[in-house]
Amino acid sequence: MVAKKFSISQFIIIVAISLFSLSCLFPFIMVISGSLSTEKDIMDYGYTLWPKSITFDSYRILFLGSNRIFDAYGVSLFVTVVGTVLSLFVTSMGAYVMARRSFKYRNILSIYVIVTMLFNGGLVPWYIICVRYLDLKDTLWALILPMLANAFNMFLIRNFMLSIPEDMNESAKMDGAGDFKIFYRLIMPLSLPVLATVGLFVALSYWNDWFLGLMFVDKQELQPLQLLLRTLISNVEFLKSSSNASAMQRISAQIPSESIKMALTVVTIGPIIFLYPFVQRFFVKGLMVGAVKG
Amino acid sequence: MKSNGVIRELLRNRTLLLMFLPVATLLFLFNYLPLAGLVIAFKDFDFAKGIFGSDWMDPLLNNFDYLFSSSTAFRAMRNTILLNALFITVGLLFEVGFALLLNEIRNKYFKRVTQSLTFLPFFISWIVVGVFAYNLMNFESGAINRLLETIGMQPIDFYSEAGLWPLILTIAVRWKVTGYGTIIYLAALTSIDNSYYEAASIDGATRWQQIRYISIPMLRPTIIILTLLAVGRIMNADFGMFYAMVGDASLLFPTTDVIDTFVYRSLRKSGDIGMASAAGFLQSIIAFVLIIGSNYAARKIDKDSAIF
Repeated sequence: MVAKKFSISQFIIIVAISLFSLSCLFPFIMVISGSLSTEKDIMDYGYTLWPKSITFDSYRILFLGSNRIFDAYGVSLFVTVVGTVLSLFVTSMGAYVMARRSFKYRNILSIYVIVTMLFNGGLVPWYIICVRYLDLKDTLWALILPMLANAFNMFLIRNFMLSIPEDMNESAKMDGAGDFKIFYRLIMPLSLPVLATVGLFVALSYWNDWFLGLMFVDKQELQPLQLLLRTLISNVEFLKSSSNASAMQRISAQIPSESIKMALTVVTIGPIIFLYPFVQRFFVKGLMVGAVKG
Repeated sequence: MKSNGVIRELLRNRTLLLMFLPVATLLFLFNYLPLAGLVIAFKDFDFAKGIFGSDWMDPLLNNFDYLFSSSTAFRAMRNTILLNALFITVGLLFEVGFALLLNEIRNKYFKRVTQSLTFLPFFISWIVVGVFAYNLMNFESGAINRLLETIGMQPIDFYSEAGLWPLILTIAVRWKVTGYGTIIYLAALTSIDNSYYEAASIDGATRWQQIRYISIPMLRPTIIILTLLAVGRIMNADFGMFYAMVGDASLLFPTTDVIDTFVYRSLRKSGDIGMASAAGFLQSIIAFVLIIGSNYAARKIDKDSAIF
């Protein structure tokens, strides 16, 4: 395949790909620009790719404005960290049992897990079980537990572990190590590539989750960041009821609504944008493995 | 004694069983119990009496009669299937097309940068996408309406034009997941042996002919399997997208209300658990049949890519 120096079709392809790629980037820039704009500029010129004049007022008001933002940040951070660690530990431990060839009944366990991928009870019974029987309403656990065990991730990890020779288990056993110790000291470190990928997926879904919050959390101080963003979009008024209202009035006579929404959006996606360059290739690699393995 | 053997085997592996216990418990609580809870659809649910303590509906199918007489429920079913069919078709064209285009790029740097950019939207929540959409489409300050005004056209009130929303949602889905969906096809394309292309170009095949007769046929199994699996989920709408993009804008419901949002509203807003559970029951049963069917078909084509 000797590529020609220049061809029209090659040019068209490059333009098409570039246009689509830029369209993926534009909304992000627009939000950042909006968060740095004055309310008046947004009203006069609409959302633009570059702010007419730069101001940090909306960020100042946002952070002065309400403890709810800090609460929500704390909730999201806690849920993401605890959820990811617990989820990785629990699912990889289960996956290890399913991957132990010497264990005669491992296939029964696999079926037990697969069934959850096929049958789905739906929203109503799930909600009632969580609220009436497990008492998860308005607790932090409601934001963590329902997503902890994931059949798909378990199989991803199990498939990776199956590629580790069974002899390793056997020889470790000869040396007197118990099953848990083998898993913890030997298999887990060897499975680091798949654990990193799955861990990133899990962390991302915890950080981005608002569905569990929407279903189970009415208490304001337990709302995750994403849900707060949703609340703010439909109603900025709550900022005015905060104790710092007078300080906010000093920054801006009228509390800006549009640019505050943008500022909170930037704050919400900030960590993801910041980490994206470092973690992106793990995702791609993990997906490739998944695609080849099926 | 056979049963003795089973018990001995289990005892011998008690540590392993103990290690499986946490995940087994979680799946039991959050997946198996709700399955048993499907009986709610046949009950006159009373929160105090619980799922199994509540009285049976009299007549038993009362919730379903009620459901079938509701035009909103029918509309939700229709929208779910039609919108998902639209998303699957357009998604397939875009993802395969984009993978083929990217595969033509020889410049590694350009390829990597564009892939990073198009993958980016996958990482943000639908709530944030909802904000982006609002920035573009709101009536007063949305970028699109500003643009329309500048070129002397009437602004469009997107949030009251139900007819536009199948298109808007399709664009939103494509914007968010095209980069992600492309990765699998791109992986399949890069695994094609280069000698096929070399042989073809020696025979004088153009680049287009090579795509038509080598790349696309090689992608066929992947295409068929991913599509089958998507069809298996056609009854399940992406609640997050609909809730974040449409929310409570009831003017848009004629084209955007799907089973999942309908069930959510009946459960959390109007408190109509009978209706919600009947709709959910129907959705679960149809989804189950479709998933089993599509998996069976996928298995026939490629043993490794089916779930079971």
